[in-house]
Amino acid sequence: MKILVCMSNVPDTTTKITFTSDHKQFNAAGVQFILNPYDELALARAIELTEGGKGTVTVIHVGEASSDPTIRKALAIGADDAVRIDSPAIDAFFTASQVAAYAKDKGFDLVLTGRESIDHNGAQVPAMIGELLGIPSVSIIKKLVIDGTTGILEREIEGGKEIVHVPLPFIASCAEGVAEPKIPNMRGIMSARTKPLSVVTVTEAPVLTSIEKYETPVPRGAVKMVAADDVAKLVGLLHTEAKVI
Amino acid sequence: MSVLVYVEHAEGKFRKSAFEVVSYAKAIADQLSTGLTAVVIGNGDKAELEKLGTYGASTVLFTGNTQLSSFVNQAYASLLAEAAAKADAAIVVMTNSFSGKGLAPRLAARLGAGLVAGAVALPETGDRKFTVKRSAFSGKAFSFVTLLSDKKVITLNPNAYPATENAVTPAIEEFSPAVKESDLGTLVKEIIRASGKVSLPEAELVVSAGRGLKGPENWGMIEDLANALGAATACSKPVSDAGWRPHEEHVGQTGIAVSPNLYIAIGISGAIQHLAGVSSSKTIVVINKDPEAPFFKVADYGIVGDAFEIVPKLTEAIKAYKGI
Repeated sequence: MKILVCMSNVPDTTTKITFTSDHKQFNAAGVQFILNPYDELALARAIELTEGGKGTVTVIHVGEASSDPTIRKALAIGADDAVRIDSPAIDAFFTASQVAAYAKDKGFDLVLTGRESIDHNGAQVPAMIGELLGIPSVSIIKKLVIDGTTGILEREIEGGKEIVHVPLPFIASCAEGVAEPKIPNMRGIMSARTKPLSVVTVTEAPVLTSIEKYETPVPRGAVKMVAADDVAKLVGLLHTEAKVI
Repeated sequence: MSVLVYVEHAEGKFRKSAFEVVSYAKAIADQLSTGLTAVVIGNGDKAELEKLGTYGASTVLFTGNTQLSSFVNQAYASLLAEAAAKADAAIVVMTNSFSGKGLAPRLAARLGAGLVAGAVALPETGDRKFTVKRSAFSGKAFSFVTLLSDKKVITLNPNAYPATENAVTPAIEEFSPAVKESDLGTLVKEIIRASGKVSLPEAELVVSAGRGLKGPENWGMIEDLANALGAATACSKPVSDAGWRPHEEHVGQTGIAVSPNLYIAIGISGAIQHLAGVSSSKTIVVINKDPEAPFFKVADYGIVGDAFEIVPKLTEAIKAYKGI
């Protein structure tokens, strides 16, 4: 089985998010970038599905050379090879177009992504790739089993879940539950240096959105403390002051 | 040119988020001085469909086609693309739900439309630009996205826009274009819903607990408090990682982002990754025995003390207030 895993390079989860003084750009100074945590789950499941010579895992990333250390991390975790489309990921449709253009004639049986990136949280790219490749897409799955040529997936819905059967090839976006993240071992780290990372030139694609500016949330006022033996007072405040109950 | 809103339902009933998204789409239609058409798939109950008129939908298209009675995003995207063409809609709006996240990008790619996912406010339409505020960086920031395409798709976060009555008597029309076999690859085998549980992403009230509870056996008092309030239950990442609670309750940067009216955090210290997922809550209450817990800095109300003593008392106080 040939699996393609899409990955993005995102600020570490502990990052305090700040922007340039004109509010137009994320301030990346001093920020540690990591493999998007949801993409790590997709990668881990892809490795499990191909272990023992049952297939190969290719990771694909749309970004500049500054992402290479994160791509090497994915190779250290266990991907067989990597592809970087040499362009900033301008917007979701542009990014999906790059992945689809690369994947369309490569015969992948399965494409996996994380449910969303933890920077833009768009959750747009997976289903867009599905549309561009003309294959089924299932977003936000918690379980993935391949039975012959059918994927058996558990998809999250409000207040429950759906069990979905999908014929290969398809694309799915992965959430917690699909797999546990894998930590690279020393052998993986050593072999990652020599695994193939090909750099592919960008395909022309329309840009449909642009980010005007960023804002950070307005800080809350000072916390109002209530004595531990006076919970009735809290209930009163929630009713009369906060008006939420 | 008009605005089209796709409205989800669960087993034939609209949830609050459905009325929110219709109200939001109606406000956009008003901004652009045009009409609003709603589309409902797999529900032909007239009395229920008429409710969408209460929030401003002047036309309601529905299909009772049983091939579409469960969610198949390729077929749904095809149907919405046809409905958009029929209604001459340049803007399609839907809820940023689990299904919406699978459907909206597919539809946007089909239409060649730019997509704003997770809108939290109405578009700003001055200066011949169409810009929408949305949540980004897992709730740590907002981005303002300009849609450059003629066709536009917007998904609205739950609890971000109030359901607003704007009553019209809607024209209800059946709309059932033929479904292509190639769109039906995905087959929903089973739908499992936990009965009586409040859905976390849409909940107005959330009771959440962390490692301070010491073990999964202590969640009874959390559920009691949630039941007394009519709230959803949630938890921090260490709790779901340890298997004390299911993953779908994990709130935070790598879990679910919520924006309820009230978020009660019990025994959660308030790591930056957790705060990211809850910062857009209207009111935050923190109960923690450690007065230095970082969560107090972003809370509206706080109680320092032992959760095992405070939570049962709070449940009793809520019951007394509600008269139950």
